[in-house]
Amino acid sequence: MSESRDADPAAAPETAPPAPPSAVGPKRGAKRRRPVEWVLIGLVLFYALLLLLGPLASLVWGAFGEGVSRLLAELTTPDAVHALKLTLILSVAATVLNTLLGVTAAWLFVRDDFRGRRFLNAIVDTPFAVSPVIAGFMLILLFGRNGWLAPLADALGIKVVFALPGMLLATMFVSIPFVIREVMPVLEQMGTEQENAAQTLGASGWRTFWRVTLPGIRWGVLYGVSLTFARALGEFGALLVVSGSISGLTETSTLFIFRTLDERNTVAAYGMALVLALLSFSLLMVMEVVKKRTRRTS
Amino acid sequence: MTSVPASTRVVASTAPRPWGRWGLRVAVASYLGFMILLPLAAVLQRGFADGLTAFWQELTSQTAMDALRLTLLTAAIMAVVNTVMGTLTAYVLVRYDFPGRRWLDGLIDMPFAIPTLVTGVMLVTLYGPQGVIGGFLEARGVSVIFARPGIILALLLVSYPFVIRAVQPVLLEAERSQEEAAHTLGASGWTTFRRVVFPTIRPAVISGGLLAFARALGEFGSIVVVAGNIPGRTLTAPVYIFQQIESENPRGASAMSIILLGLSFALLLALDWWQQRKGLRHV
Repeated sequence: MSESRDADPAAAPETAPPAPPSAVGPKRGAKRRRPVEWVLIGLVLFYALLLLLGPLASLVWGAFGEGVSRLLAELTTPDAVHALKLTLILSVAATVLNTLLGVTAAWLFVRDDFRGRRFLNAIVDTPFAVSPVIAGFMLILLFGRNGWLAPLADALGIKVVFALPGMLLATMFVSIPFVIREVMPVLEQMGTEQENAAQTLGASGWRTFWRVTLPGIRWGVLYGVSLTFARALGEFGALLVVSGSISGLTETSTLFIFRTLDERNTVAAYGMALVLALLSFSLLMVMEVVKKRTRRTS
Repeated sequence: MTSVPASTRVVASTAPRPWGRWGLRVAVASYLGFMILLPLAAVLQRGFADGLTAFWQELTSQTAMDALRLTLLTAAIMAVVNTVMGTLTAYVLVRYDFPGRRWLDGLIDMPFAIPTLVTGVMLVTLYGPQGVIGGFLEARGVSVIFARPGIILALLLVSYPFVIRAVQPVLLEAERSQEEAAHTLGASGWTTFRRVVFPTIRPAVISGGLLAFARALGEFGSIVVVAGNIPGRTLTAPVYIFQQIESENPRGASAMSIILLGLSFALLLALDWWQQRKGLRHV
């Protein structure tokens, strides 16, 4: 609120005589601001303050509300440490798998042609349209009692539902599209000239990919990887359904927040929420750097 | 196997081992088939396994209907508010310079990066009964958290970037000369916006709003924390699905899942078709 309030009186003396619009030069910055502009700016800042900054500041306040030592104590309990570790392991695993398969898929969609290519390309985005709860539910239907794939999992001796494999599948599902959608346009833009040249010079398909294609698409891949990782870190709905959230066992950071909130241990809940928010923020900043890099190279 | 497509020319010169490429194709097809198609098929099968009447009964139960209605209502309110505020924010960010502009611009993607559960927690700390604003409102008899306004607030926050990020690039690219011409001819700021600026950004505004709406239909993480999840009052469709799973009613969960999936797929397909027709996106 303070920002918009600061802005208005500061502007008032300057813009007291509202300049006729036609007299205002078209040049930006040099002109005097009309009051309506300050009102609009104030409104936008106020909205952002209510929705973004206010809640964020309030979370920080809540986490540190009972002192730093209390916060640290809550974040270093075995359950909290285990939850954070599990989140990181799941996110890394899901990101690695989705990146390997995603780059392959993107390459096939752009460079190859086979029956069903357009169809597969069309279904890639569906995880974005599926509620996370439904994603988790679908896995339970597949691997739970009487599920289509339950016999297969049993034969392999793997417990999927209420266990780590199911949680990995859930995390993968919600983040499938990112790498594919970030890499495809870069591959398209790159064209095939260099790849063709390498091939003519006798490089094998694999060598061409490593030496020519991959260096060309690396920033796109990195951007996709950051998006995938960020999404995986924060997954909650699908994991809640599929994990059974057994604390100290299948409880991730988001599930930890949900449980501690329910138990009214607000310091632990707010603290872990803050940790996740900070992690996401740092990823966002990495992505800004990557974005600038890509702009410079292209 | 089939006719050799044009793009295989790339590797034709080195006589590739055909099974290598087929291996990749099979890998990708099974990846997407196993991860996406099979789960969707399982929900459809479970939803209709006991016949259409059972499906219909699950869906038309009082709790289910209330949940679906609440989801549609809150998503619609959010879409309207965020379309107006998003357009305004994009306009102000592109056209005006003011202290803090770059900060605001950087902050806008925050809801996409932060886990939705965390956004819910953030809102509780500020608007909950113990929060600064929540406490103030509570004393005046207005509850936000654990009530319907909380749901709308959560949706507003998680969908904040959609319209802004859709409109911003269009505004940046738009020719300013027309705007200036309108201005010089004596048109007021509002008239200029309505007659000159808005027609250019209208497709982006509509796409952004619809995307936000589709996204809001499935929102779970922030809502489950913020709403009280009371059937008939603050229970949304995704939370309803969760409760049906927990109470071992897969049929009810499947029925609602099918409706939600159908709604968002239909919306996104319609949007895609409309964008292609308008030539906003080339295939």
